[in-house]
Amino acid sequence: MNFKLKDLGPQLITVLAVVLVFGFFTYNAQVNMENRGIDFGYGFLSQESSFDVQFSLIEYDGSHSYFRAYLVGLLNTILVSVIGIILATILGVIVGIARLSPNYLINKFAAFYVEFFRNIPLLLQIFFWYFAALRALPLPQDAEPMFGISFLTIKGLFVPAFIWQNFNIFFYSIVAAIIAIIVIRIHAKKVQETQGKQTPVLLISIGLLLILPLLSFLIGGVRLEFEVPVLKQLATTSFIYEGGVSLPPELIALALSLSLYTATFIAECVRAGIQGVGKGQKEAAASIGLTPNQVLKLVIMPQALRIIIPPTTNQYLNLTKNSSLAAAIAYPDLVLVFAGTALMQTGKAIEIVSITMFTYLSLSISISILMNWYNKKIAIQEK
Amino acid sequence: MFKYLKQLTSLVAMVAVLFTFTTETMAAKKSKTLKNTQKKGFVRCGVSQGLPGFSNADAAGNWTGVDVDVCRAVAAAVLGDANKVKFTPLSAKERFTALTSGEIDILSRNTTWTLSRDADIGLTFVGVNFYDGQGFMVRKSSGITSVDQFKNGISACTNIGTTTELNMRDFFNSRGISYEPVAFEKADEVVAAYDAGRCDTYTTDKSGLAAQRTKMKNPDEHIVLPETISKEPLGPVVRQGDSVWEDIVRWSLNTMIEAEEYGITSANADSMKTSDNPQIKRLVGAEGEMGAAFGLDNEWNLRIIKQVGNYGESYKRNIADTGILPDRGPNELWTKGGILYVPPSR
Repeated sequence: MNFKLKDLGPQLITVLAVVLVFGFFTYNAQVNMENRGIDFGYGFLSQESSFDVQFSLIEYDGSHSYFRAYLVGLLNTILVSVIGIILATILGVIVGIARLSPNYLINKFAAFYVEFFRNIPLLLQIFFWYFAALRALPLPQDAEPMFGISFLTIKGLFVPAFIWQNFNIFFYSIVAAIIAIIVIRIHAKKVQETQGKQTPVLLISIGLLLILPLLSFLIGGVRLEFEVPVLKQLATTSFIYEGGVSLPPELIALALSLSLYTATFIAECVRAGIQGVGKGQKEAAASIGLTPNQVLKLVIMPQALRIIIPPTTNQYLNLTKNSSLAAAIAYPDLVLVFAGTALMQTGKAIEIVSITMFTYLSLSISISILMNWYNKKIAIQEK
Repeated sequence: MFKYLKQLTSLVAMVAVLFTFTTETMAAKKSKTLKNTQKKGFVRCGVSQGLPGFSNADAAGNWTGVDVDVCRAVAAAVLGDANKVKFTPLSAKERFTALTSGEIDILSRNTTWTLSRDADIGLTFVGVNFYDGQGFMVRKSSGITSVDQFKNGISACTNIGTTTELNMRDFFNSRGISYEPVAFEKADEVVAAYDAGRCDTYTTDKSGLAAQRTKMKNPDEHIVLPETISKEPLGPVVRQGDSVWEDIVRWSLNTMIEAEEYGITSANADSMKTSDNPQIKRLVGAEGEMGAAFGLDNEWNLRIIKQVGNYGESYKRNIADTGILPDRGPNELWTKGGILYVPPSR
């Protein structure tokens, strides 16, 4: 690196300015809090929270600590973000490719979807899906069973719970299948590079994923039973399902609206990525005798992905941050549980908001790091 | 010569110190919040985002309600005009931060007075303008007529950031009932979700239930259960550290309640100046120096009664006549079987 003195000056001034501004705000907050008799400290995190939360992935009730309540909110945020990212990616890729379809109807329908959903504020969409769903869904007692075992009602989606015996054996069988697939893939690549022969890797992979777990049932002693939700009467017109697993309508509405909204942006990234690959690439690939499938898989996609990944990372980050709108429809995410109820009950505004901000920052940076790693992996290897 | 000079200097210094001391106490009398309010020309008041009877804005943006009237009373006392109030609608979550950060000077937003709020977060409660308690609302068709009929698995809609969430847990826990809390940030969404059938019951302060019931699609389909599961004394709050301002707000509220006790109304306040009862004369500024301690003139309390009315008038106008809670219950004067009892203005 080449250091020059004249470069050092502006940088020092910048650092100094940042420190001063930050210091001013900290000092100001300190003085004001002292004047108003507000204590500062994170000790409250170990106190009993004494409020309950509707939906939690870990065991929690009001006798647990505020820190536990924080974890509940964080896990719920991660849950809805992960569901949203998966759904948005699948939908986004489909719509993105559909927009390039030569079929007029599919093409225009995809274009309409994108323009419609990305131009309506997300909060409105969340309200729409939530309250539309609430009005449209049946009461528990009126719900028609889906496949005889699941019930979609105004109080949530009730699905059977899995009760496993020897779950660990089933789990190992899947791990074994995955390891076998990786080994086969590496081997198949080597065979192709040295002998030019192609192995049907996809078929073998699917087969392994089916056969190994099946064997664990047949000879491994794994048993699976379903606990089907049962209707229970609470009052004359008031019912609920008991047993099984219930997914609150708030989670469903939030995941749905987040993914429908974000999918439009991902669709545009995908379209841009595919269109960004030169037409000559496709023609050249076809001219050396590759099938259309191979052209897409071996020539177009590897190049398109390089264009798609960076802007899609942004959309993943947006989706995660947008999930904080959950508070509007009572989904107990980090903002509702921690920066909402916990903040109110403790009055520790600065502490809680700072923790919440730092948490979102960490989440976003984690996603960024993951996506950058993937982006590097698929980038052109300069030789 | 130098000897005298030395004495002279010390004398000057002493006088200076004494002078600073007196001006200091004079300044302290006049509160900083009061000074700022008079300079701005309006009272900055935090209210709810719409709770009929307590603080609710009509289509033209005019605020009405018993909570609103507390702020109007303060404006009448310190600025001479009950309309010189700037209302800031706040969610349950934002309200205390808005007050402690100095965005508003009075929080009059159906806020429950509790030990931890009073002691912990830089707030001071100045009194109670509505005695309330938490209750439950259910659909009539459910056949539920008492909380004893609640069963495991019941879902309850409510607001976040309120004492309601804590009381609800205490209530269901003590009865060993498992429940699903569905907590929204804003009251409008709670009402919409409950109305749509998301929850079996809606729980908040009983006054709130009565007020929100009027907003439902079909109010007659819902009933408020008779049981009260908590004490909720609601009252105005000010920032800690300005005791003069605190006193002004406290005694503005007390004046309204005491005026009702002595039968002084907005209509007869002026004629009461010639009353034979010295207590009445003090309440309309015709006797004593009741405003001086606050740095106000002597007719501050007369203006409150004339422009806003006494507590009974405010209750009737906002809560009884609107059909929210025609029966005053505990919010009746102590002389008439209620628990409204305020210290005397003298």
